[in-house]
Amino acid sequence: MTASQKIWALHLGLIAVLFAAQYVLPPYHATNLARIMVLSIFAMGYNIAFGYTGLLSLGHALFFAAGMYGMGLSLTLLGWTALPALIAGLVAGGLLAGAVGVLALRTAGVSFMIVTLMFAQAGYLALLYFGTITGGDEGFNPDRSLRMIGSLDLSADTPRYLVALGLFALALLLCLWLVRSPFGRVMVAMRENEERSRMLGYNPFAIKLITLVLSGFYAGLAGAAYGLLFGYVGATFATIQYSILPMLYVLLGGAGTVIGPFLGALAMFYLIDLASGITDAYFFVVGAALVALVLFAPKGILGALRERGVRWLP
Amino acid sequence: MLQINGLTAGYGPVTILRDLSFQAAAGQVTCIMGRNGAGKSTLMKAIMGLVPAQSGQIALLGQPLHRLPAHKVPLQGVAYVPQGRRLFGPLTVGENIDVGLLARNGGAKTRNFVLDLFPRLRERLDQTASTLSGGEQQMLAIARALCLEPKVLLLDEPTEGLQPSMIALIRDTVLKLRETGLATVLVEQRVESVLRMADQVAFMAHGRVEAQVSVTDLRPDSTLFRQFVGV
Repeated sequence: MTASQKIWALHLGLIAVLFAAQYVLPPYHATNLARIMVLSIFAMGYNIAFGYTGLLSLGHALFFAAGMYGMGLSLTLLGWTALPALIAGLVAGGLLAGAVGVLALRTAGVSFMIVTLMFAQAGYLALLYFGTITGGDEGFNPDRSLRMIGSLDLSADTPRYLVALGLFALALLLCLWLVRSPFGRVMVAMRENEERSRMLGYNPFAIKLITLVLSGFYAGLAGAAYGLLFGYVGATFATIQYSILPMLYVLLGGAGTVIGPFLGALAMFYLIDLASGITDAYFFVVGAALVALVLFAPKGILGALRERGVRWLP
Repeated sequence: MLQINGLTAGYGPVTILRDLSFQAAAGQVTCIMGRNGAGKSTLMKAIMGLVPAQSGQIALLGQPLHRLPAHKVPLQGVAYVPQGRRLFGPLTVGENIDVGLLARNGGAKTRNFVLDLFPRLRERLDQTASTLSGGEQQMLAIARALCLEPKVLLLDEPTEGLQPSMIALIRDTVLKLRETGLATVLVEQRVESVLRMADQVAFMAHGRVEAQVSVTDLRPDSTLFRQFVGV
């Protein structure tokens, strides 16, 4: 079996397993898995920027929230149907990432982190300020009758799971294609040595901006899908917590690996779920797990696997 | 081919190159020699636009380079292999070459040319670059630079830290490239290598090219070597 065949088998196999899981898992876990798949799309987007291109952003909650509100307001204010509203959310995330990138990419490293964080905070405050439209702190729930694609009721368990899986599969395969394309190699080259890439004739600003916009599209799609499938649009999703979560998913699963963000989201989601059943201070448990991760597997689950012999993992 | 006139350049308020003039011709190897701190590497970086020119001109075939942003200089036909090679470690040999090719939409012909030049790289196309030996890494760095199909190749101490067999291989490669009409500018400290490879030798001190002479005017015990390199 060639490396390429192994790669396709692994990724298509994961999608097949997730498809089968809905028939095996109890409804509670199936709903959790649908949520994890949507959050994984968010993390995949973060991974494109951070894991592959080296852009450490603290502002991705803004792009997620842009997608969520882009979708939600298109449904409720503009009267669009679910599918165009979902696309509006995706576009909102990408466009906002482009606008932020044009300014923030004039900085690098820690400055880039701080600038993106400030943009996200400004976005969060804007959501609160324009509360008459956005629902402010409480957000809003799009009516169940609006959450339909044709006759498919997205608030029902099975359609919700299938749509989450469909979007996840699309995002995963697109990400796999991207990172194995020539542009994917340039992204890694940029992460490894920006000056050397410049000396090969690449414009670092342009490459990083394209990457950030792609990452924003993923975050926007995830935000839109989350609001549509789970019926809530809220300012909480624009807080810094939602900028840090995708970073943790990526670090846990393995930065610069295609499946890593899914594994990280799965592990982190259930770690929080289990820990919160034991103690109110569940973030202590999460923190301890992360410290252990940094000490024993600093490259994350798949990063460690890749280092120990599975070198073909993309 | 490459013409530098009255170049003054440095880092911020610190001036390194002072009123420097230099030229490199097509189909010739021009070696730059000088003591540590003479400004040899800074000259390379200034040609590539990484160190801004405060005054003076850098031109390739009459076209000014010094006003271009750094990422556009390689696309004009100047390739640079810095000290320390700086490969993209996690990428394979093949992927490193592809990144070079993609920059100028280079195709199979260029790929075959660089792999024919370094057959050892062809055997290691799927090997991760960071796991190559020092000599192989240098080959890959040169191969990747050649993917830009340059008119001028800048090499900053390409044989530094390499074993003798690798030094000979790099030297042979430079001589082969000369036959293709490429202008090669090479920072080199070994007198023996310079005498074997160079057509012209430029001696630098205090940020200036103090002398540029034909290699036929030099012998291993020439005063210029003692004066500018200390050997």
